[in-house]
Amino acid sequence: MRTANARVRLILRHVVLIIVSFLMIYPILWMFFASFKPDSQIFSNSSLWPATWTFAHYIDGLTGKAGMNFGPMFLHSFEISLIVVIGSLFSSALTGFAFARLDFTLRRFLFGFMLGTLMLPIQVLLIPQYIIFHKLSLINTFIPLTLPSFLGVNAFFIYLMVQFIRGIPKDLDEAATIDGCGTFRLFVSVILPLTRPALITISIFAFYWTWNDFFGQMIYLSNPHMFTVPIGLNMFLDNLGNSQWGDLFAMSIVSVIPVFLIFVFFQRYLVEGITTQGLKG
Amino acid sequence: MGLSQNVAKTDAVKRPGLKVQKKQNGPAYVFMSPWLFGMLFLTAGSMLFTFYLAFTNYNLLSSPKFAGAANFHRLLTDSDFWIAIRVTFIYVIASVPVRLVAALLVAQLVSKPIRGMGIYRALIYLPSMIAGSVGASIGWRKLFGQNGPINSFLHLFGIHGPIWLGNPATAIIVLVLLNVWQFGSEMVIFLAGIKQIPGYLYEAATIDGANTIQRFFRVTLPMLSPITFFNLLMGTISSFMVFTQVFVITDGGPLNSTLFYVLYLYQQGFQFFHMGYAATLSIVLLLIIALCAGVLFWTSKLWVNYDV
Repeated sequence: MRTANARVRLILRHVVLIIVSFLMIYPILWMFFASFKPDSQIFSNSSLWPATWTFAHYIDGLTGKAGMNFGPMFLHSFEISLIVVIGSLFSSALTGFAFARLDFTLRRFLFGFMLGTLMLPIQVLLIPQYIIFHKLSLINTFIPLTLPSFLGVNAFFIYLMVQFIRGIPKDLDEAATIDGCGTFRLFVSVILPLTRPALITISIFAFYWTWNDFFGQMIYLSNPHMFTVPIGLNMFLDNLGNSQWGDLFAMSIVSVIPVFLIFVFFQRYLVEGITTQGLKG
Repeated sequence: MGLSQNVAKTDAVKRPGLKVQKKQNGPAYVFMSPWLFGMLFLTAGSMLFTFYLAFTNYNLLSSPKFAGAANFHRLLTDSDFWIAIRVTFIYVIASVPVRLVAALLVAQLVSKPIRGMGIYRALIYLPSMIAGSVGASIGWRKLFGQNGPINSFLHLFGIHGPIWLGNPATAIIVLVLLNVWQFGSEMVIFLAGIKQIPGYLYEAATIDGANTIQRFFRVTLPMLSPITFFNLLMGTISSFMVFTQVFVITDGGPLNSTLFYVLYLYQQGFQFFHMGYAATLSIVLLLIIALCAGVLFWTSKLWVNYDV
């Protein structure tokens, strides 16, 4: 009797989970299947599954037949996102190491300042930064979008790094120092290799935040030759004829593929990474 | 995310056993130089520049003209500013609690190890990663379109769905739902918290005769209070700053019913080039967020439990 009861509860749990998961994923599935429907069926055929399949929306969008050529935009988005990943790794590893392992006069003050900037709305910095980059004639280049990552503007990454390095036993440093290791070698040969999980987490977040970023890219890039995917999609939406929703859906689906792949391959780091590193006291 | 307890105690940098060692100022500042440079120019410098601009009129072409407190006076009589404040507060108050409760309940649901749990968790978390993108916003916009799937679904029950995005009363609901859809990121943080609750607490509660619901309210909820606070704080801050979804889905319409604060800031600064006024708006945003965070920190003393 008792086992039968447990069985019913288990099945119920699965049913609830399946319903919740389906509701969560439905909007994505709908857009995915709609992108394979001929335009005439997207809104008239209410079933999820396409009655007839077409790949034309993908071909049109990626070759420019849809009225916009998304090919170069994908390259630009990749380029910016990859540079931001490199910049974020560079600045957060160096700064994180200094905060976690070195003793210096202004450490507590600077660390407090860094924590404070975690909650700072980017809009407060955006206007002056825009003006500075405008004065330097760097609008319509990728520099305003990539340079700040090298200068550690994203405090969250530094914070993540500090937390992670603090978890590495201090005995290692002492042993290395006794063996004659200088600060720089301690960082490069001892600490850095051990921070791989944190570096992966930072890379993932840096990539997909930049990939999804719209505000920054929109204000800095106005020349269509420099467009990235988010701006392209939005432009496409503005100039849309009535019959091009399929193309727009197809390009939207392509635009989430990199994020989806990161998700599939690095789920462990995303879910376990943030939770275990960030929250341990 | 991921800094729940530590934000509060900045003295966490303190390390024992260092007193014997001498300060490593040289190497430290070399290592920190990129960040220091960025902090001085891009963060602190920009902040100061924003404060200066807030007291000027500046259109990017001629040089800034000092205007005293004129921009701040203008706020008081700017009806759009007050609309933006109202809309944004409605959005934050409507979406943050729902998101939090959904995250907590679903985290509880996915916390038990049963077959296929990894897949369920993944499916629930996935929307959080893409919901902020233009691509997902476009899908959301058509999902709630006049003949989109939501209305087709309602039609099955004989309900004639509203023109969601054409009606000031319903347009904001679409945006609130898009925000709630992203509860997966909080869910993951709750999940980590649930896993850290020691099992003996539940055993003790069970021996004392507590049922599942009592265990949830007497053990899980108090033990999660620091994490609940963290999620509440971060959810509130990020909801104040929503932009992409609003810009793509409604662009402030219909009839300014979704004129969110950051959208209004963007329009003033980057469409009309009222840079001084936009700087004023950004400082007011900073103050609002600081005030809300302050209120949350203050009330947290009443319900957040750091003891155990």
